[in-house]
Amino acid sequence: MIATDPQMRLLIIEDDRESADYLVKAFREVGYVADLASDGEEGLAMADSGDYDVLVIDRMLPKRDGLSLIGVLREKGNRTPVLILSALGQVDDRIKGLRAGGDDYLPKPYSFAELLARVEVLSRRRGGPAEETSYRVGDLELDRLSHRVARGKDELTLQPREFRLLEYLMKHAGQVVTRTMLLENVWDYHFDPQTNVIDVHISRLRSKIDKGFERPLLHTIRGAGYMIRDGIR
Amino acid sequence: MTAFGKLIRTTAFRLTLVYLFLFALFAASLLGYFAWNTRRLITEQITSTVGAETGEISDVFGRRGLRGLVFTIENRALRPGANLYLVTTPAGQAIAGNVGSLAPGVMATTGWSETAYRRLDEQDSAVHRALVRVTELSGGFRLLIGRDLEERRRMFGIIAQAAQWSVLIVVVLGLGGGIFVARRVLRRIDAMTGTTQLIMSGDLSGRLPVGRSGDELDRLAENLNAMLERIEALMMGLKEVSDNIAHDLKTPLTRLRNRAEEALAKSASESEYRSALERTIEESDGLIRTFNALLMIARAESGQARGDMDDFDAAEVANGIQELYEPLAEDGGMSLHVRTVSAPLHGNRELISQALANLVENAIKYGKPAAAPQPLGADAVAAAVSKEILIEARRDGDRVLLSVTDHGPGIPEPDRKHAVERFVRLEASRTQPGSGLGLSLASAVATLHGGELRLTDANPGLSAILAIPARTVGSDRLAAQTSDVPQKVA
Repeated sequence: MIATDPQMRLLIIEDDRESADYLVKAFREVGYVADLASDGEEGLAMADSGDYDVLVIDRMLPKRDGLSLIGVLREKGNRTPVLILSALGQVDDRIKGLRAGGDDYLPKPYSFAELLARVEVLSRRRGGPAEETSYRVGDLELDRLSHRVARGKDELTLQPREFRLLEYLMKHAGQVVTRTMLLENVWDYHFDPQTNVIDVHISRLRSKIDKGFERPLLHTIRGAGYMIRDGIR
Repeated sequence: MTAFGKLIRTTAFRLTLVYLFLFALFAASLLGYFAWNTRRLITEQITSTVGAETGEISDVFGRRGLRGLVFTIENRALRPGANLYLVTTPAGQAIAGNVGSLAPGVMATTGWSETAYRRLDEQDSAVHRALVRVTELSGGFRLLIGRDLEERRRMFGIIAQAAQWSVLIVVVLGLGGGIFVARRVLRRIDAMTGTTQLIMSGDLSGRLPVGRSGDELDRLAENLNAMLERIEALMMGLKEVSDNIAHDLKTPLTRLRNRAEEALAKSASESEYRSALERTIEESDGLIRTFNALLMIARAESGQARGDMDDFDAAEVANGIQELYEPLAEDGGMSLHVRTVSAPLHGNRELISQALANLVENAIKYGKPAAAPQPLGADAVAAAVSKEILIEARRDGDRVLLSVTDHGPGIPEPDRKHAVERFVRLEASRTQPGSGLGLSLASAVATLHGGELRLTDANPGLSAILAIPARTVGSDRLAAQTSDVPQKVA
């Protein structure tokens, strides 16, 4: 896994002891400071007082349910990014969660790689620079205003969707981006395709930006997804 | 509650009682009015004849004196059905007429009075009533002329009897009718109650009896039956899902368990463990996908997803899915094209996209032309066409059609209906990965939107068509209403 900023603080609010312990352990292993709350009230108190970078909240909690917890936090002006975990994986539950003030939504069962990738993106979002007008990774450059993409001196011609795909990857350069995240953010679909449809798009993009260049920028992260980064880091 | 108690508590019976009272009141007042008017008419007739006769006889007395008076009176008194006549001297002695006795004091006052009397030629017992007029003649003689009231009394009696009978008949018929109607209603309600109790005890196939009259109870029964039909279908769906979960999820779970066991028993190196674990994760991901698809189908079939509908164009969905799958199709040696015209829809965009995606995935997986060796010199264009998959969005009357057409082997006619069922994987597809739920989901989504999934022959190949009712002005209004709801929730 990639190295994370050691200062990242995470609060996990989950009532199932086993999965909570698993999450805390896994996040600590990748360098997060992870705290645990086991019910809604405790979670609210901790989230309110502690300075966390991301909150991971189970939707169904004892004492106070996840959505109402988020509602109270947002009312108090707390803008900490929230990722909702839910066993109710349907589209409308997702929409409900996001409406209640959540920033991202992950249905159970999930893979840790997916959760980590999403938490990373959320933690970066906080306090990060406003949307930039251009991104640069190594010698690859993408200009969002003129829709131009160049690698070194070569101008690259991308299809509109390829441009959006690259834009999303470069916006999260150095972070793992999962297939589901790409499907959600680039295509705005929230279903689970039964085929490797995203992989094919990535390989097309890869053939345009990496083919013929000595150092590849677009990497496949096994068991997780993709990442764009300059080889040396 | 006793049967009679139930009967008199019915709405029909209570209404009957109210009407019964009203009709009886009406009949009574009608007859009362009739009686009163008849009485008035008879009284008027008597007074006018008696008045005229009094004038005539006073005249006779004036012209011909007492003799003439007595003669005339006696003469008239002997006629059949004669009026009553009496002449008295100033001393009160009767000198002529047909009245035997009178109530005391009648002759003392002049003018109209009603009195009991007896005729001269009758026995002592017979007493009648009469309306009489007493006039004083010159010389202190008094003249009484009157008319028997028997006629008036008889008339009155007839009317009173008619009133009694008519009220009695109204009451008897009304009560009888009320009981008849109430019992009829009660019998039908009891039949319905019996059926519902049967259904509540678990037999969902029971249906309420529907009569042929098409009245309000029949309409109610028809609607309830339609509701029961739907409930039964949902229950069957639920049962089918749980059966299928038991059957088809246990198989991969067993495989998963076997692999883990085998790895534990036989793996020697770390890399062997690793690859076994990787396969385990892959297998469980497949399980999760199957499970999600099942939940999605159940949700679509139960109609829960109706809350999430908005307006969009089917053409956008078709273009979006083509754009997403075009590289995948090309990778599989096929080509994916799209042809659209604007086709506005009201529905759950996410579900319709997924349904279309499933059809496209199926076409990519199974739509390859049969590997029959092309005869030498076969038309190259035909070969290219046969590898083409076409997504179309178009309007057909009041329907929006979203279709995916391939030129593969297709599905034989008898298998098509079967293909839509859950977990059914036709022989040809068993070797391919997949949950067997793609078409079921597409079909459930179509049903949710009030449409259907049609599988037709593309000669050769398969054309899978989602036919969904197009957006109309009515559903626009509906959309406007439903869009308020989430705002309140949020």
